[in-house]
Amino acid sequence: MHELAMCQGLLSEVARLARVHGATAVTRLSVQIGPLSGVEASQLSCAFGIARIGTLAETAKLDIQVMSVGVWCEACAAETEVAPNALLCGDCGDWHVTLRSGNELLLKSVDLALETVTPAQGASTIPSWGGHHV
Amino acid sequence: MCNQCGCAVGTGTVEVLDAQGVLSARSPTVASVEVLTHLLHQNDRDAAHNRAHFDRHGVVAINLMSSPGSGKTSLLEATIDAIGDNCRIAVIEGDLATENDAQRIRARGVPAVQIITGQTCHLDAQMVHGALHALDLDAVDLLFIENVGNLVCPAGFDLGQHANVTLLSVAEGDDKPAKYPVIFRAADLVLLSKVDLLNVLDDFSPDQARRHVRELASDAPVLEVSARLPASLTRWLDWLEQRLNSSRAAVEHTESAS
Repeated sequence: MHELAMCQGLLSEVARLARVHGATAVTRLSVQIGPLSGVEASQLSCAFGIARIGTLAETAKLDIQVMSVGVWCEACAAETEVAPNALLCGDCGDWHVTLRSGNELLLKSVDLALETVTPAQGASTIPSWGGHHV
Repeated sequence: MCNQCGCAVGTGTVEVLDAQGVLSARSPTVASVEVLTHLLHQNDRDAAHNRAHFDRHGVVAINLMSSPGSGKTSLLEATIDAIGDNCRIAVIEGDLATENDAQRIRARGVPAVQIITGQTCHLDAQMVHGALHALDLDAVDLLFIENVGNLVCPAGFDLGQHANVTLLSVAEGDDKPAKYPVIFRAADLVLLSKVDLLNVLDDFSPDQARRHVRELASDAPVLEVSARLPASLTRWLDWLEQRLNSSRAAVEHTESAS
């Protein structure tokens, strides 16, 4: 589709997170993609390799989890895995189904490298994470 | 939850304190931060802004999508002629090059803004926002956004529209919904266009096209229209009127509640 533009948007969001957390680098990005999102994992991976150059995520690994298309049938209540262009209940064949998964386009998590911590000066350099206060 | 950006701090976050409560010296320190944002969140934010803009001005915005040449502009011309003075229309046109479509619309006496996308294969919310500045939204009831002719990319970008209409001309083949499921699944209404050609294109079956749309778990109405047959537009015009009426009712409801 337009994976390069999407990667640039993704990287600007990641840069913002890195800045907020005082990270020196981004080591991993984890994304979820469904076939009905219109984005191809291989294209995204390729575009990411280009878009990350010169950013904090230059050496980051991109983990792409490709989701399956799952539907819930309103007629027989079965949950089945189906093809993206045939959203019919896998049990009874009815088209009155609700999509349970398959349209994801989600940045799930990022791994951030934080500045080196030492006992003497660590307290002032660590970002204040909720739940980790002394 | 992180108190700086609001994200959830996920598993894998390093403990920065040792057993004595002293900050440990570990290098490098890696924190895993759970984010859960849509990859197109910047566009989604711009689209929400556009939608709020439309709602404030009482404008119903319809995003028209299809492959190139399926008759979007011809349908708009015929729709403008049919609606006449009953409702104030404006059009945003998206094309890689030329002002041709906007000129055709203006020739019908309707304001039109042409977005020339260069090599970009779809409209996004930011482009539409730029075009809105060239329109007086207080003088518009119904805004058509004619997307770039393309059955792939336009489906991925919310523009702030209230409804998506996907056209499928009978010259294209009735299995297009099975081949391009994302854009047809996004449709609130599917229009089978150029149906005046059905008598010479007898390999296109409207029923088959309808079946393929249903196989995307979509209950969107599938209507047959031809810009050359004004009588064929009745149900399309009724659908538009319903959209306008329900939008006005929603605005009145909001106003009476506030």
